[in-house]
Amino acid sequence: MKVVMLGATRGIGRSLARRLASGGASIHVLGRNAEDLAKCAEDLKVRGAAAVTTSLCDLMAPATFGPALEAADAALGGFDTVILSAGLFGTQDELANDRARAAAVLTANFTNSVLFCEEARVRLLARGGGRLVAFSSVAGERGRKPVVIYGATKAGLSAYLEGLDHLYRAQGLVTTTVKPGFVRTSMTQGLKEPPFAGDPDDVAKTILSAILRGAPVVYAPPIWALVMMAIRALPRAVMRAVKF
Amino acid sequence: MLSGWGRVFGPGREVCSEDIEVITNNATLTRGLARSYGDSSLPDARDGVVASSRLADRILSFDEATGVIRAEAGFSLLQLNRTFWKRHFAAPIAPGTQFITLGGMVSADVHGKDHHATGGFGSHVSEMRMRLANGDIVTASRTQNADLFKATIGGMGLLGHILDVTFKMPRISSPWVAIETEKMPDLDSYLAGLKDAAKRFPFTMGWIDTLGATGKLGRGILMRGRWATGEEARPGVPQPLVRPGLPFVVPEFAISRLTVSAFNALYYGVHPRTMRRKIEHPETFFYPLDAISHWNRVYGRRGFTQYQCVIPDSAGAEGVKSFVELLRRTGGSSMVSVIKDCGDEGEGMLSFPMRGTSVAVDFPARDDVQGIVDTLNAHLIELGGRVYLAKDRYTRAADYRRMDKRVDAFLAVKQKYDPMGRLRSAQSARLELT
Repeated sequence: MKVVMLGATRGIGRSLARRLASGGASIHVLGRNAEDLAKCAEDLKVRGAAAVTTSLCDLMAPATFGPALEAADAALGGFDTVILSAGLFGTQDELANDRARAAAVLTANFTNSVLFCEEARVRLLARGGGRLVAFSSVAGERGRKPVVIYGATKAGLSAYLEGLDHLYRAQGLVTTTVKPGFVRTSMTQGLKEPPFAGDPDDVAKTILSAILRGAPVVYAPPIWALVMMAIRALPRAVMRAVKF
Repeated sequence: MLSGWGRVFGPGREVCSEDIEVITNNATLTRGLARSYGDSSLPDARDGVVASSRLADRILSFDEATGVIRAEAGFSLLQLNRTFWKRHFAAPIAPGTQFITLGGMVSADVHGKDHHATGGFGSHVSEMRMRLANGDIVTASRTQNADLFKATIGGMGLLGHILDVTFKMPRISSPWVAIETEKMPDLDSYLAGLKDAAKRFPFTMGWIDTLGATGKLGRGILMRGRWATGEEARPGVPQPLVRPGLPFVVPEFAISRLTVSAFNALYYGVHPRTMRRKIEHPETFFYPLDAISHWNRVYGRRGFTQYQCVIPDSAGAEGVKSFVELLRRTGGSSMVSVIKDCGDEGEGMLSFPMRGTSVAVDFPARDDVQGIVDTLNAHLIELGGRVYLAKDRYTRAADYRRMDKRVDAFLAVKQKYDPMGRLRSAQSARLELT
């Protein structure tokens, strides 16, 4: 595999990149901090990646997307997979009380994530397809009290990714929407842990297997597919009454 | 609330980040995967917060020619094994669980089945980068800040936060293990068998029945092993084993002297009478308890403690026997009692091992646990032995001072690098190590 990743330096993205590396993939890592990128590259190399290269790219700066993907294309000799696992998180309390922070989360998770995928889509389609993988969240499944704003960004992203998959799968572009449940990463530290919480490495295993078989949607840990099915089925009156 | 592996909870919360320099800034203690049994990874009640290195787990460099690796403190033995066994490198020592981090391995100077041959983990470390109590980041090695280096090995995280560790991995002939297991009818033959095996095998350990009726006291199963040669090895790379979990906390009545006796009798009984040889999966041989996630729930709601001590050779086999006899009388219900021999004391200023015999038993943390530990400690002090801090939750400060004459020298180094006594844990407060 020849993979471009934005978000491989941290969280679930880091675990996923390591699994790709130990499987012998060639990886081009995008990120905004050169020192972090260098350390990430060395880590992935030792863990077995066939080759690791890096470019600067910032999810908050859409102008960097095109050049970064061009650099990735050159370094990898044509990539076949693009994975976007970067994103921002804020609790409802934080986002409801900090307009600038809310704007950043909305921009990163929706507008700029869509723009990044568009840049990737164009390049993948030009060579007859490939895999596009983006991290949304189970938080986008229903409007819920603890994740009103964050959930909305992920709902928008999920809708975009689903549409993309419907539109282009016949042309060879397979889009996988990743919907992690609660995973113990630095993003979720300090939050009260719900049942069915997962560890990044286990979650990455589930996600990688879904990517390889071209699944349109993957819930990880898998139990969250059932949890969300139940939550989607709840009437509004119930959602209004409960705290989750 | 936080706890060590023994599930005896105390106040506190964890902060974690991929960036270890961020989380250790102004922190008073760093923990890894919290596999120490007692309170060594719990924050002092006055601090309430402990930094967790578990996400700071990058490999920073690796030299295939020499086996020298440098990795962040949160890099785990599990990741090391999965990354390097297939390339015929292994950790320099073989502890009993792989759910431990480099930082923890240094801080507890962990030992393994091969201690008699290879010493503690600290003896294989060449360099560490550390954040001191005042926030400075320094290098510690045998030539730079050598006193800091020696006090940090086995120093339970009280000298500074370990940021990354450089050490050397030996090459192995294959990632599979050639093992022999043998029944030993009593403690004398067990101890003799252990000494004999140490001459021929890098890995030796075993399990004894401390509850057996008199006469059978100390009957056990001795295990010895070595890395399999290329010809002996099974084909392919050992795949990670699937770990079923213990999904609930077992009710306390399930673990009693009766049920544990039955378990021990069964464990001993099912082993064939004659010696058994086989080529084994390395996870099965090295980490039998890792096979069940959350096995620590077996001791019930109040948790448990592990009592591990080393009895010096100067106390002789009689000393070990008297201690095991005391264990039987004080009557903890221990599922697995592990006895193995230790090699020489390492350079770590508070490292646990010394030449002698190590005994480890589990006790459910019930009302009488403090009394049991006090009784065992009193006899241990008479024998000239000491307890392993990574397991300890109940030893009293005065008893600890009687066991370990090195404490003053350790505290002198601590005073130099942490004059304000900022770095501390629930354990260091209990044992007055600050």
